Amino acid sequence: MKGSFKLGLLVTIAAGSTIMMGVANSQDSLPAGVTSIKVATPYKGSPLDEIISGWHFRASETQSLQQDDFDNPGYLWVDKGESLWNTVDGEAGKSCASCHNEAAKSMKGVGAEMPKWDAKLKRPLTMEQRINSCRTNNMKAKAWKWEADQMLSMTAFVRNQSRGMPVNVQVDGPMKAWAEKGKEVYYTRVGQLDMSCANCHEANYGKHIRADHLSQGQSNGFPTYRLKWQKLGSLHRRFKGCMKNIRAVPYKRGSDEFVAMEIYLAHRGKGLQVETPAVRN
Amino acid sequence: MMKANSLIAGCAAALMTVMAGSALAEATKPDMVKIDDNKVKSSLTGIKGNAADGKKWFANRKLGNCLACHSNKDMTSKPFHGEIGPPIDGVADRHSEQELRAILVDSKTVLGKETIMPGFYKIKTGARPAKKFKGKTILSGQQVEDIIAYLLTLKE
Ligand code: HEC
Ligand code: HEC
Repeated sequence: MKGSFKLGLLVTIAAGSTIMMGVANSQDSLPAGVTSIKVATPYKGSPLDEIISGWHFRASETQSLQQDDFDNPGYLWVDKGESLWNTVDGEAGKSCASCHNEAAKSMKGVGAEMPKWDAKLKRPLTMEQRINSCRTNNMKAKAWKWEADQMLSMTAFVRNQSRGMPVNVQVDGPMKAWAEKGKEVYYTRVGQLDMSCANCHEANYGKHIRADHLSQGQSNGFPTYRLKWQKLGSLHRRFKGCMKNIRAVPYKRGSDEFVAMEIYLAHRGKGLQVETPAVRN
Repeated sequence: MMKANSLIAGCAAALMTVMAGSALAEATKPDMVKIDDNKVKSSLTGIKGNAADGKKWFANRKLGNCLACHSNKDMTSKPFHGEIGPPIDGVADRHSEQELRAILVDSKTVLGKETIMPGFYKIKTGARPAKKFKGKTILSGQQVEDIIAYLLTLKE
């Protein structure tokens, strides 16, 4: 209900903000909930001189959708995630809230540090995998599919609790091998077009490739609402899209290759503030 | 009448298949093309390139898609020219036909290993090529020749 109310407002408010843009101050040219979209001094060893959020490269009409949460269509999923958080599911008769109480407290900062090492499973888990691990083990509920509406809603809701916090994933200790694997995937040329992620997002960001304005391909806004998808989508869905475009066989959502790349990519964006749910075209 | 028509159409189709077959048979196989001194000396097909067709392949998103990366003043009517490579204007003043052929066949041997530009007539590509494109070149030998013919018209 709340969702459709927002969607109705979308048009009116978007129109309103266009008029206001003429008098916008610098504070107005940031996405909602963050204080910066750049890291001017990247971590030691970064291949980038400056780390920049994908928001910076989008047209002002797309940006404006992320400047106010009422305009942001991704908030439909955040709201749905909030209600799922409190919904009992599974044979154990529990909801997320049964164990974690108030998400605003218990989940603050979690989304900025994902994927995280799981000591029991001896592997890193993405947010999706962590959520499913809670569902199957603690709630005795069915796992959600990676790109299911519930999963998108829950990942968006949980990560939204870290909005404005700097991305900071562990890449040492047991995570080191995974980050290195991710780096290898990132720099490997794939597909008939024979390109790596770095060809577009490191060597050529800021330039147009046909109609597309290339960003650094950062992950701080995911899950992201894409106008092209007309819905929220996961980071791994985006990975697949980029690989398909270069005529390669994409890895599967949740595959070790994509988990490794997610870790490495989060590290490349170290210090960028979480923007979930970002809006992109 | 119907019968005669379809008979003629059938013959024409058969004839075209034979012709296409022989043109293909004559095209140098991608792994047999020799790049020497940044040049490929002779035509890939022995058939003169058609500049008007080449112009189409240059812009076509599923074929050359050259416009994705190279702007082109000869195509101002088309929107969205890329900025990744240098503008293509006047390319014929900078490169001979044989150099252009080498750049198109396997850009990396001429422009350097690091280039983002794909090789359009080579079999060895990146890892995990999509099934649909596996073992196939991006352009046919004749399409490469057509694009070269087109590029040779771009003088300043
Ligand atoms: C041929 C160019 C190209 C290649 C190669 C490429 N991408 Fe992209 N990618 C794009 C374009 C175009 C977009 C949409 C505009 C943008 O954000 O850059 C995009 C967007 C993205 C985004 C979304 C960024 C955001 O802010 O929402 C991510 C993440 C991404 N790419 C990751 C990758 C990864 C990982 C690889 C390697 C598997 C890759 N890309 C390879 C062209 C490419
Ligand atoms: C994904 C990007 C990309 C695509 C697609 C692409 N190119 Fe290029 N091209 C480049 C880049 C970049 C360079 C410059 C060399 C470098 O920096 O790697 C270049 C260089 C060239 C040169 C040498 C230019 C000069 O002035 O010396 C020619 C000729 C050329 N490209 C033709 C083409 C044609 C024809 C097509 C399509 C069949 C094409 N390119 C498709 C990126 C691309």
